[in-house]
Amino acid sequence: MRELTCIVCPNGCSLQVNQDVDPWHITGNLCPRGIEFARKELTNPTRTVCSTARTSFAAARRLPVRTRGEVPLASVRSVMSEISCLVVDREVQTGDTLIENVAGTGVAVVATADLADLIEGEDRNGRSICSGD
Amino acid sequence: MMVRNVDIAVLGAGPAGMAAALAAAQGGAITVLIERENHLGGILKQCVHDGFGLLRFGEKLSGPEYAGRFVHMVREAGLPVLTSTFVAEAHRNSEENILMLVDRSGVTELHAKVVVLATGCRERSARQVMIQGTRPAGVMTAGAAQYYVNVLGYLPTTRCVILGSGDIGLIMARRLTLEGAEVLGVFEAKSTPSGLSRNIAQCLDDFGIPLHLSRTVTRIFGDDHVEAVETAAVDEKMRPVVGTEERLCCDGVILSVGLIPENEVGEALGVPMDPVTKGPVMDQNGETQVPGVFVCGNAGHVNDLVDYVTESGERAGAAAAAFVAGRHKGRLLPVMVDSTVLLYAVPQFVDMDSPESHAVVYFRSREELGTTLVQVAARGEMVARHRYQHLRPPEMERLEIDLSLIPADATSLDIGTESIVAAEVKS
Repeated sequence: MRELTCIVCPNGCSLQVNQDVDPWHITGNLCPRGIEFARKELTNPTRTVCSTARTSFAAARRLPVRTRGEVPLASVRSVMSEISCLVVDREVQTGDTLIENVAGTGVAVVATADLADLIEGEDRNGRSICSGD
Repeated sequence: MMVRNVDIAVLGAGPAGMAAALAAAQGGAITVLIERENHLGGILKQCVHDGFGLLRFGEKLSGPEYAGRFVHMVREAGLPVLTSTFVAEAHRNSEENILMLVDRSGVTELHAKVVVLATGCRERSARQVMIQGTRPAGVMTAGAAQYYVNVLGYLPTTRCVILGSGDIGLIMARRLTLEGAEVLGVFEAKSTPSGLSRNIAQCLDDFGIPLHLSRTVTRIFGDDHVEAVETAAVDEKMRPVVGTEERLCCDGVILSVGLIPENEVGEALGVPMDPVTKGPVMDQNGETQVPGVFVCGNAGHVNDLVDYVTESGERAGAAAAAFVAGRHKGRLLPVMVDSTVLLYAVPQFVDMDSPESHAVVYFRSREELGTTLVQVAARGEMVARHRYQHLRPPEMERLEIDLSLIPADATSLDIGTESIVAAEVKS
């Protein structure tokens, strides 16, 4: 019997997996995603990697990024080292691809913020309350 | 000095404030969103990890992505936004709120019929958990460490301990590890973790970071910079146990020891606070006991999901617009919790004449409980019930009450477990 914590949603169900029977007997899940998670977790565990990338803009030194999908847990370190080599030098937007196939996983690394917003901030759009509407 | 008038001033452009301002403007009120930073999004900007928005959007978004969706909505709605603007002073006259705003052009007096407090929360600091003595560099809150790493791009420690097992501490344990720092362990004085179980799994277990329960940091060594800490086991009264001390060499102590609603402006406006939640006493629409002052998000009580923060912002914004249009609250029923089982429930009052047919109540349990039936009774009649597979203090739960089921002569709503409701029915 294996005990797992489902990480699919904030419920964090405690799953019990009996691997002695075929198919595995999985209990403790509140929804079907828990069964899918347990199967994957015990065969090929995967994670989304979220991090930040260096930029060439002084006003926003880091750009939040993540893998578009999940990568094998064992590849997380190599995904991180590839992200750490990245320097973003154009004003990318949320969802833009920064690395096509990170660490040979077949998964892309994408921006999760608009770099122009991070650089310029909101003051360029907003007004001073004294300037009138 | 310039004097300006608006219907609604929303203070803070994090997820609660953006949702409130959008809902208020949609309700037809002249609304202005005020933010002291030069960016919208609040703390989400530095929360680069994912897991946000599962309830709201059915997707696992990172913090900046979740915030970004609302930033775009705010821009599309053409909502007036005042960034880099600070509320220096707040008070009320007989009919409105008067805010002294400071921005780069000077001071402005803003008169607002309604203020919506969306000022979020603050992290408990080292002084608040009785870590005394010298102030070596290297002791910082998890949120500060998160800002250094994710926004500024600095690694503030190479080898650290984390004191407290709150979610931000767990998230930072993973983040610092991924960026090359060594996290020696997470020390939690309580016997159960403060963070969500999925964060224990994906932030600590994935990286082999140990979680030490019933153990705390008792001393920090170092004059200019942290050089080491002493940890010790604690007994059930949280007193360090002599003989269990252990010294660990490190250059950082990251604190994740709780969050406290930020209500300086609310206090200035005379809003009564709940000593348990540390946020204003409110009804299900976020209206405080001061007419014309509403609250939403973490300023009201600390949430663990941003989706609920957004939900509370939308409700407060819509109710604030209704207030401007002339709606006044009706009969208020106090929400009573069985405090032996539950830590707190919000709202503290339910407005029986609210236009929404249901009231949403959020609560936390005092201790870890197995499968539990939580019931709401009014005059001994059950008006809502829900079965929870487990209740844990770190996990805020949500319950909806159909107002039409509440008897007209009810004097309170009583939330408890089955045995409590059964006892009331008998009496």
